[in-house]
Amino acid sequence: MDVTRTWAISRKELIHIRRDPISLLQIILLPIVLLLLYGYALTFDIKNVTLAIYDQERSQLSEDFINQFRGSDYFRLVKYTQSYDELKRLLLSRRVQVGLMLPYDFSWQYQTGKTAKGQALVDGTDSNTANIVLGYIQAVTAAYNQKLLGQRLSAKGPGRQEMPVDAQTRFWFNEDLESRNYIVPGLIAVIMTVVGALLTALTVVRELERGSMEGLMATPLKRTELLLGKLGPYFIIGMFDMAVVMAMGKFLFQVPLRGSPWLLIALAAIFLIATLGQGLLISVTSENQLQAFQMAMLTTFLPSFLLSGFVFSIYLMPLPLQIASYIVPARYLVTISKGIYLKGLGMDYLWPSALMLAGAATFFVVMSIKKFVKKIR
Amino acid sequence: MTTEKAIVVKNLSRHFGDFKAVDDISFEVHRGEIFGFLGPNGAGKSTTIRMLNGLLLPTSGEGRVGGFDIIRENARIKNHIGYMSQRFSLYEDLTAEENLTFFGGVYGLDPARLTGRITEVLILVGLEDRRHDLTRTLPLGLKQRLALASAIIHEPSILFLDEATSGVDPISRRNFWDLIYAMAQEGRTILVTTHYMEEAEFCDRLVLIYQGRIIAQGTPSELKGEVKETILALYPGNLDGALDLIKKLPQVAEAAVFGDGLHIATTRPEETEPAIQETLTAHHIACGRIERVRPSLEDAFISLVQRAEGKEAVSYQQSAIS
Repeated sequence: MDVTRTWAISRKELIHIRRDPISLLQIILLPIVLLLLYGYALTFDIKNVTLAIYDQERSQLSEDFINQFRGSDYFRLVKYTQSYDELKRLLLSRRVQVGLMLPYDFSWQYQTGKTAKGQALVDGTDSNTANIVLGYIQAVTAAYNQKLLGQRLSAKGPGRQEMPVDAQTRFWFNEDLESRNYIVPGLIAVIMTVVGALLTALTVVRELERGSMEGLMATPLKRTELLLGKLGPYFIIGMFDMAVVMAMGKFLFQVPLRGSPWLLIALAAIFLIATLGQGLLISVTSENQLQAFQMAMLTTFLPSFLLSGFVFSIYLMPLPLQIASYIVPARYLVTISKGIYLKGLGMDYLWPSALMLAGAATFFVVMSIKKFVKKIR
Repeated sequence: MTTEKAIVVKNLSRHFGDFKAVDDISFEVHRGEIFGFLGPNGAGKSTTIRMLNGLLLPTSGEGRVGGFDIIRENARIKNHIGYMSQRFSLYEDLTAEENLTFFGGVYGLDPARLTGRITEVLILVGLEDRRHDLTRTLPLGLKQRLALASAIIHEPSILFLDEATSGVDPISRRNFWDLIYAMAQEGRTILVTTHYMEEAEFCDRLVLIYQGRIIAQGTPSELKGEVKETILALYPGNLDGALDLIKKLPQVAEAAVFGDGLHIATTRPEETEPAIQETLTAHHIACGRIERVRPSLEDAFISLVQRAEGKEAVSYQQSAIS
């Protein structure tokens, strides 16, 4: 290992990156854009669900029930309609997400001791949102029922009656269910994949494609120096991007970091090594840059986005995808990152994921170096 | 370094499966010599260079480059040689100076020496005023000189130029050869592969390599002296038509287009000259004057290949060399 030679390679690589606008964009802008996009625009918290009401009866009871919705943070009343058709039109044009219809006999049903039945029409186009909205409607209805039942019972018996059973729910780790609190930790894995695999996949194949590799091999440069020199800058850039995400998470989004930032950085570094190995492996098995790029997209970027648990919960996936997620290194980093950020976990809980990362890093580095040595002979 | 021979090769072979890319070649190159490797594409020139460079191990045989064994010490050879290939190993998005800095670094030059060397080589190849230009903006001839500069940044005692002048215009090629002469004068050994005959004339000594084997070696004039036939030059009206007719004559050993005329090799010039005039006149092709000329290197090459391979190989040869 010769420092002068290795540094010569690294410095050249840094110039390549500096002169290539697309690489620069990916390195500097991508983490910031993704973070802003997920931090602000793409919030998964659903508030202000738009609501239209067609109240046929206009009774004390129906008015009272409607007020439960109006008083909630989660709903925003857009319009009282005069017909069912109008309600339908509002749903069709997506001006409202929920249409609530209360029939003529709403309060009569209640007074005769039956269940007063209303109808809630939910726009099911976006099934995730629809499910959440459904939950809100049920919660509002349940709370109102509880109130009415209480009134009924106290009318019959002496004094105020308590509910027999109540499960007091409380959210741990992300108390306010802020989606940015789990987006930011997950994003670290995605951004590191972009830098580690996507950019690296291109850098070696470029050299092979244009034939400059042969010129390099005629110099005293050793293969380890070439590899270290080439991957070094991307490692540093990956860690730098991680620092950017962590800083933005802290200062811009106030995401709590409950565990040790150093543990997170150390484990992320292992992940980055695995990713660099993946990128290199793609590079030496590809014929040209386009192929390398597509391979990197397909085998590293998309899995880290979709199968890591970054946005989409692994537990809700069909079984084959759940199994597939085990071979996605990003999955382990997402687990680690969320664990450290939100739960303040240490190695006592995280060691299995850390072990998997270390395994993946070893595997990809060994594989890629083997292939690389073969290729440039 | 115990020998005054810069390169010694004995019975070197390299096979790729059944294909003998290099087949039992032996030669020696003296220090300070410009040594040419002449042969058509695919003759085994580059394979040989790659073995001498330490890039490729031979199947059999042995060799020493700069005193180092090409098999056991192939890594150490690399510090003492410069290598410039047809695909100049330059990075287009780096400036001239950055490319030199890079190669200097890869050869392990310390920063102080590197700074000095960069200026030296830039002045040598006449690029000092373009040192901050991106390589991609340089014309091909200048790229070639930059590639040469980066191959000698570490002051190698032996320089390999593998088809280094391909695709470069004649004037740039001439300037390039001036540089090569200058370096040989400093005592560097230069091994050049080429398929340009006029470049081969610039070499001190040559080997002719054909189908993996050395078919002749010597100075350019020695090689020309190998030609036993007399060479006749003529400039007929219809070049292709005349060539077909003349090839059919029994007195003619070989005929080939040479520049805007024909070169005809024959052992019986007194009989051949009237025969040519006769057949061309019969077919209404203007014959013009027939001259006896000194054989060119190309004539020598064709004659030597013919001797080595028999006549059928020659027609292939002609199409490959031009």
